[in-house]
Amino acid sequence: MRTATPKVGLSARVQDATERLDAHVRDIIEWHFNHETGCPFWLDFASTLNWDPRREIHCFADLRKLPPFEDEWLRGGPIRRWVPKGLGHLPAYVFETGGTTGVPKSRLAMEDFRIDYEMFSETLPDKYFPRDGNWLMLGPSGPRRLRLAVEHLCQHRGGICFCVDLDPRWVIKLIKQGRVNEVEMYKAHVIEQAVTVLHAGHDIRCLFTTPKLLEALAEELENQGTSIRGLGITGVFAGGTEFTPQFTRFAMEELLGEGVYMTPTYGNTLMGLACSKPVSAEDGYKISYYAPQPRAVIEVVSFEDRDRVVSYSKTGRVRLTTLTRETFIPGFLERDEGERERPYDAYPWDGVSGVRPFRQLAGTTTVGVY
Amino acid sequence: MLNLPILRWGQPYTSLDQDTVVHFITGEALARVSQANAGLLGRDMRLAPRARKVLAEIPIPELIGLMKKAADLYLNDALPMGDGEQTPDEFARHQSASTGLPEHMCKANMTKNHFVLSRMDQILDSLTRGLPTEILTRGYGRESRGVMVSYQAQAPVLGLVLPSNSPGVHTLWLPVIPMQVGLLLKPGPQEPWTPYRMAAAFLKAGVPKEAIAIYTGGGDIGAEVVRRAHRSMIFGGTATVERYKGDVRVQVHGPGFSKILLGDDVVDQWEKYLDVIVDSVFLNSGRGCINCSGIWASRHTREVAAALAERLGPVEPKPPEDPTCGLAAFTVPGAARSIWAIIEAGLQEPGVQDMTTRFGPRLVERERCGYLRPTVIHCDSPDLELANTEFMFPFVSVVRCPQEQMLEKIGPTLVCSAITQDQQWQRRLIDAPHIDRLNIGALPTLKLDWLQPHEGNIVEFLFRPRAFQASVEAVAV
Repeated sequence: MRTATPKVGLSARVQDATERLDAHVRDIIEWHFNHETGCPFWLDFASTLNWDPRREIHCFADLRKLPPFEDEWLRGGPIRRWVPKGLGHLPAYVFETGGTTGVPKSRLAMEDFRIDYEMFSETLPDKYFPRDGNWLMLGPSGPRRLRLAVEHLCQHRGGICFCVDLDPRWVIKLIKQGRVNEVEMYKAHVIEQAVTVLHAGHDIRCLFTTPKLLEALAEELENQGTSIRGLGITGVFAGGTEFTPQFTRFAMEELLGEGVYMTPTYGNTLMGLACSKPVSAEDGYKISYYAPQPRAVIEVVSFEDRDRVVSYSKTGRVRLTTLTRETFIPGFLERDEGERERPYDAYPWDGVSGVRPFRQLAGTTTVGVY
Repeated sequence: MLNLPILRWGQPYTSLDQDTVVHFITGEALARVSQANAGLLGRDMRLAPRARKVLAEIPIPELIGLMKKAADLYLNDALPMGDGEQTPDEFARHQSASTGLPEHMCKANMTKNHFVLSRMDQILDSLTRGLPTEILTRGYGRESRGVMVSYQAQAPVLGLVLPSNSPGVHTLWLPVIPMQVGLLLKPGPQEPWTPYRMAAAFLKAGVPKEAIAIYTGGGDIGAEVVRRAHRSMIFGGTATVERYKGDVRVQVHGPGFSKILLGDDVVDQWEKYLDVIVDSVFLNSGRGCINCSGIWASRHTREVAAALAERLGPVEPKPPEDPTCGLAAFTVPGAARSIWAIIEAGLQEPGVQDMTTRFGPRLVERERCGYLRPTVIHCDSPDLELANTEFMFPFVSVVRCPQEQMLEKIGPTLVCSAITQDQQWQRRLIDAPHIDRLNIGALPTLKLDWLQPHEGNIVEFLFRPRAFQASVEAVAV
C-alpha cells in the first residue's frame, strides 16, 4: 500500500505504521476468534488452547503466542472450515498452490484478491500502464488466483484482459521426468497463442508474465522482426523468484529497452502481492519487496529460530503473516529466503531483498518452470 | 583477485551475478567469475552463424598456422585473464588451486594441449582421412582419387559443457576452430582457467573474436548450451550419458570404465605387466576416463591385487606444489566423503575385499577439501557391484572372471588394453562393439595416439558426408 507523501520523518511514519498494524491485528483476532464471525478452523483451534486469543493478543508481536502455523493444515477439506461466518453470505472462491503430486494447498477467498490488486494498481504508473489499456495475462491459469487477479486488475483500470492457458503442474511433471523437448513444445504452444493475440489488433498495452515467458516472448517477437515495445506494450508486470538483479538488468536493457516499464513483484496465493521498490541501474538493479501491510506482513527470520527476526541486511527465511477478514495465517514459513530491508518513505515497514529459494529446500523445489 | 567476464562472441560482459573461485587449501579468493543467465545465452545465439562466417573467410591452412602460434602463446606467454594477466606458472598454480590437481599435472596438461595444437595439421589430416581442407570450407569438392564428395557443416558453433575436475579433456575441442566452426564454451565452475587462457591465446594469434563465446554459470547454463547448439559436447556422469543417449546433436563424454584384460595365455606372467597396470591406474591421479578402473583375469587376481596394493597403498596426500605429489584433492565440499560412502557400501558385499586397508584409512579430510588415497579392491566375481565401478581417484577393482565370459561381462569400456596373443580372442575383442579404444598388448590405457579419434570422430560429428552432384557451371561458390 502506498501512503501519502511524507510530511513527517521516517521514524514517525514507521511508528505510525506499527501502531496501525497492531490495531489491525486486534481487529482481525477479534473477527476470526469470535463465534459470530470466525471460521470453524480457527474456532476449533481456539478450543484446544487453554487461553483466549482475543484476550491475550494485543499486537503483532503477540501473534508469536500462537503455535507455529503448519502448511499441512491448508491441504485437504472440508474447504468450508475456512469460511468465516461473518462472510458466509459472499460467493467464495478456492485458489490452489502446488499440487503437481498430492493434495494442493487451498486458500479460500471472496474479495481479497480484488482488494490486493486494486491496492497494487495504485503503484502502477499510468504513463506505462495506461488506464483503459487492454492487457494480456501470460501466466499460470487454472486453479491459481493469479489468473482472476490479473484480469481484475485490468478491469479495475478500465481495460479488457486477454488470457492464455498455462498449466504449471504439467510443466513441472515434464521437467521431473526429464522430458525437455515436451517442455519446449509446451512453451512454444503458449508463446504462439500469445503472439497471435498480440498481432490480432486488440491494442494490448500491458502484460503480465513470468521471467521465462518474457524471454521466450521477446525472442519469438524478435525472430519475427518486431519486439514487445514494437507491438505497443509499455507496461510489464512480472513475478517470480528468478527475478534476480541480473535477470532484471538483462530484461530492461535487452528484452524491453527504452519506453517499457517493468515492475517485479513477489507474491503467492497465501500472501497476495508484495510490491518492489522501483528498480534502477543506479541501485544495481536491487529488488526489495514490501508486503501490503497491514493486510500482510513479511518478516525475515533466523533459519534456526523462526521467531527471531534477523538484523537489517542479514539473511533469513521469509515468514509471512496474512491478516484479512477472509484469511488469517500467522507466521507461515515460505519456501524462500532473502535479506531483511529497512523501511523507506513509501513503505514504512520492513521489506525483503534478494528473494531466492530457501537453501535447504532449493534442491527439492522446481522453480522457474513457466 | 581476477575478474572474469562473460565473453559474448568476443564482447566482455560483467554480470551482476558473480561466483568466487577459491583456493582449496587457503580459501583465498582467486577470481570473481561473472555468471550468465540463460536468456543472455539464448539471445546471443543469433550471433552464432557469424562465428562460422568469419572463420570461413580464413583458409583452413591459415587457421592451422594460427593454432600453432596459439600453442606457443598458450604454453609460454603471459596472457590476458579477465581484467588481469596470467603467466604460464600462475595459470598452473590457479588451476591447481581450484581443481585440486597437483601443479605438475596441470603443467603436463599444458604440454599436452600444446602438443595437440602444434600438430593440428597432422591431426586434421588424420581425422579427415586426407580430405582436401577446402572441402570443409566449400562444403563439396573432389578428393584426390577424383570422386566428388560433400561434407556439410551441421552447426556454425560447437557447444561445450566442460568439467571442473579434469583439465585433461580440453584437447578434444582444440581442432574445432581450424575446421571453421565457432566455440561456445561453458566452463566448469572450478576450472574457468583453460577456456579463458585458450581463448586469449587464440585471439592473440589472430583468430577473430566473433568466433569464441564463454558463458560461465550454473547447471542451467550447461543445459541451455545443449538446448541451443545444434552440436554440443558434454562431460558428466552416468546420468548425463543416459540423458543424452541417442541424441545425435550431443556427444557425451562420461565415465570410461577403462580396463586391462589379462588373457589366459599371459596371466601366469602377470608380474611382467605390473608397471603398465600401475601407470594405467595411478597417473594423472586416476582422474581421467582413460585411467584404468578394472583389471580382469581368470586367475592370480588376488596376487595381482596384493601387488598393486603394495605399490599404491602407501601413497599419501602431499602439497599441490610438490613435484612428487601424485594425488589430486576433491575440492567440492563433501565429495570425497560421499564417494567413500559408496565404496564402503560396496565392500559389505560378500566376495569383495579392500586390499589397501593395511596401509591406513583411504579417506583423508582437510579443512576445505578431501583426499581419497589409492584403493585396490579384489572382487571374486564380475557380478559384484564394485567390479565395474569408476571413481575419480586411483581406484581399481581386480576382478576374477573366466576369459570366455569377459567380453560379455565388462560392459561399455572406453579403453581396453587386452594383453594376449590368443588370436581367436583378439578377433573377438576387435569385433566387440562395446569397446571404444582397443589396445592389444601391454599398453597403458592412458597411452593415446593423437592421430586417432577419441569417442567418436569430431569431424564426423560436425560435418555430415552426403551426396552432392552439380554441373560445373552451376556451382558458383
